[in-house]
Amino acid sequence: MEGAEEKMSTTIEPTVKVETRRHPMPPREQLERIFRIEGLDAVYSGKPAVKDVTMEVYKNLVTAIIGPSGCGKSTFIRCLNRMNDLIPGFTQTGAIRYHGQDICGSDIDPVAVRRNIGMVFQRPNPFPKSIYDNVAWGLKVLGMRDGVDERVERALTQAALWDEVKDRLKASALSLSGGQQQRLCIARAIAVEPDVVLMDEPASALDPIATQAIEALMNNLKNEYTFVIVTHNMQQAARVADMTAFFSISHGEEGHRYGELVEYDATEKIFTAPSDKRTEDYVTGRFG
Amino acid sequence: MSAGITTPGLRLDRLPRRRRVNRLMEVLAWTAAGIAIAILGVVVYSVARKGASELNLDLLTKPPIPFSLTNAPQGLANAFAGTLVIVGLATAMALPVGILVAVYLNEFAPASIRNGVGIVLDVLNGVPAIVIGIFVFGLLVVGHGQSGFAGAFALACLMLPLVARSTMEVLALVPNALREASLGLGIAQWRTTLSIVLPQTIGGIVTGTILAVARVAGETAPLLFTSSFVGTQTNWDPRHGLQSIPVAIFELSESPDPKDHARAWAAALVLLLFILFASLGGRWLATRSRRKIAAR
Repeated sequence: MEGAEEKMSTTIEPTVKVETRRHPMPPREQLERIFRIEGLDAVYSGKPAVKDVTMEVYKNLVTAIIGPSGCGKSTFIRCLNRMNDLIPGFTQTGAIRYHGQDICGSDIDPVAVRRNIGMVFQRPNPFPKSIYDNVAWGLKVLGMRDGVDERVERALTQAALWDEVKDRLKASALSLSGGQQQRLCIARAIAVEPDVVLMDEPASALDPIATQAIEALMNNLKNEYTFVIVTHNMQQAARVADMTAFFSISHGEEGHRYGELVEYDATEKIFTAPSDKRTEDYVTGRFG
Repeated sequence: MSAGITTPGLRLDRLPRRRRVNRLMEVLAWTAAGIAIAILGVVVYSVARKGASELNLDLLTKPPIPFSLTNAPQGLANAFAGTLVIVGLATAMALPVGILVAVYLNEFAPASIRNGVGIVLDVLNGVPAIVIGIFVFGLLVVGHGQSGFAGAFALACLMLPLVARSTMEVLALVPNALREASLGLGIAQWRTTLSIVLPQTIGGIVTGTILAVARVAGETAPLLFTSSFVGTQTNWDPRHGLQSIPVAIFELSESPDPKDHARAWAAALVLLLFILFASLGGRWLATRSRRKIAAR
């Protein structure tokens, strides 16, 4: 116990080197809010997954959600575009204000929510169509029929995939490697010009080079989009995120395990001077 | 398997007995499988042997001549035409309804409705064909007379649960990640189902339909009630009663003329071969489409 107290008083040595690829962040009060999440509780068939999350997501920043397995990171991010509606037995309470409007209500069409807030999933899930059609199909269905070819090229270029696929756009998307498939999924998501792109552990199934490509494209695209990324890779959060939220597992009175937001701050602060002991333990690798 | 192992510390008590039991069970299982195959073999063989004399092109192209005293060539053209029309109409009725039922249950309905209606489909599948026949007799035939349409409707009732169930099975094989990919783009669920989910299942739906067609093509009982008072001339109009292969076989089997019996056997052989090849084709398509879905 004495030792622990002593450690608290000393400065923490960051185990993660924080690269300063990011621009210096303006004060939070000056940032434009995309989301304001208030007291969000998410429950799967009576079992709480996340409790009482309150935080804000700012425009044109990359916000990372980190935390151990089972802390509700994915559940939380899927709440942001009503993806959990598809899961039987799922309920949520609290408010998610998107540009001031609560998007949780039953009067809000989840299709419209997802039209504005796109998503990239953990495992690459291209459509069993050609590379071109993977990007173009969404455009056509959503009525963005002018200049489809240009839009497809732009999206594939932004996703750092164009050079690799420009000569075989008619080939099946399933013939691509895992990293290419995931970048194709990102191209598909940004081609329809959403406001926010949610990424649920987009690089967890990818090799380091593909991971780097995806991190670089987030950095390059954040002037146009707002990214929220779930990751269990702290280095990744440190590399790409401007803001970082740390979720942890808590134990309820009846032995329920649920996730809660422990700390939310600028990434530098989270990784160098966290204010919560649990965050410190996690980012310094002393967790568990 | 090698008997001489005496590894120290390896317990071998009762090993010979366990080997004997294993052997016995293997033999029993093989025998059971052999019996099943033998039954099919005997049926195909005896049908082929008894029908071979009348198995020729006339069977398919010439109408029957009732009480024929000459050796003029005759066949069962009316029955083959009738079966084509009735089964075709039944498929046209059962296929869209069955697919829509399956799509609703698998893609849109909550789990409670899915399970409930699933049981209803299983019960409908278990209703004896003759009960369906009586039902359609009361519904469409009484007061209107028999027709190929009534027969087709009865067969459609039998096909519906088969088509719906097999479509549900292939829909359940489509990975959820694919649905999420489309929904995550902000595309409506009906569009996702139509453009992303259903194209993945076409092979499976075709298979299920072929198997259902093969099953009802041999149904006799429902057609006796709904489409069995027929003439001998070939007729393609489903507003009239149409002859069908199973009913023709049934009627010819009661004839005193041995040549009629032979023609009944020949018709049975054609029906058997059709069902055999349809099933094989269906299964081949099923494994192919399953492999295609699994490959992703």
